[in-house]
Amino acid sequence: MTFELILFYAFGAILLGAALAMISVRNPVHAALFLVVCFVAAAAIWLLAEAEFLGIVLVLVYVGAVMVLFLFVVMMLDINLAKLREGFTEYLPVGVVVAAAMATVLVLVITRYITMEVPERAGPEYANTEALGAILYTEYVYPFEIAAVILLVAIIAAISLTMRKRPDNKSIDPGQQMAVSREGRVRMVSMPSEKKRAPRRSAQGSGSGASDDDASK
Amino acid sequence: MITLEHYLVLAALLFSISVAGIFLNRKNVIVLLMCIELMLLAVNINFIAFSFFLQDLAGQVFVFFILTVAAAEAAIGLAILVLLFRNRGTINVQDLDAMKG
Repeated sequence: MTFELILFYAFGAILLGAALAMISVRNPVHAALFLVVCFVAAAAIWLLAEAEFLGIVLVLVYVGAVMVLFLFVVMMLDINLAKLREGFTEYLPVGVVVAAAMATVLVLVITRYITMEVPERAGPEYANTEALGAILYTEYVYPFEIAAVILLVAIIAAISLTMRKRPDNKSIDPGQQMAVSREGRVRMVSMPSEKKRAPRRSAQGSGSGASDDDASK
Repeated sequence: MITLEHYLVLAALLFSISVAGIFLNRKNVIVLLMCIELMLLAVNINFIAFSFFLQDLAGQVFVFFILTVAAAEAAIGLAILVLLFRNRGTINVQDLDAMKG
């Protein structure tokens, strides 16, 4: 048993154990944290298969961004955990049977029919990132650009879905400002000019000041 | 030596576990999304393994694109989830029957 194989079994055990824990814990926050453990163990296994760049990307993008997004959403929602767990024991036998049948069939097929000789390890001068970049920007440049567009669409969709208009927001709408015309604001009324009225006789007493003010208005 | 079967069996077991997870947590949309992420991870392990054993980088390029699409899917899925919770006050799959499907 080589050291590589020991590492593989160790990280594989961590991966499967964390996956089992993820599907069986009752708190979604704990499930998200177990999924982080899964991703880290899978990144280690990818490193063993000489996919160094993707292993790092898995940790950076998934653990660093996607799982943080999951945790944000899980913590923002005020959910009733007991109600969401209701059918757990009810569906446990079905889930276990389906998963066991699927695993059995897959493992039988894999161990019986698929064999491939192990290639030699690449030397220290081999750079996975460089090789991947060279092929990604030449042969796969159009799919790469489509991937960029997909990410852009995801950004726009996520923002436009979750942005909400606040009724108490007093910000101005530039489109509405631009659409204002003179006719909508000013109304010209044709009327004869008023005659000059004689000044009203001011009342005697203490209220004279107030009544003068009224007349001047 | 780690053979191809090691990787494929590991990925198959991981995929089966996530299928079981979808059965068990069929009321909680968040955990369902996480199980889908786990399935994609299992598929990616297969791609990486075949990429190494065939000495062909195309498999790793595919994993790159799968990661991109999965990240976009997670972002939009969680946005829909937040919207759902804001409008209905629940993320229970059983309660989401407005369209009588």
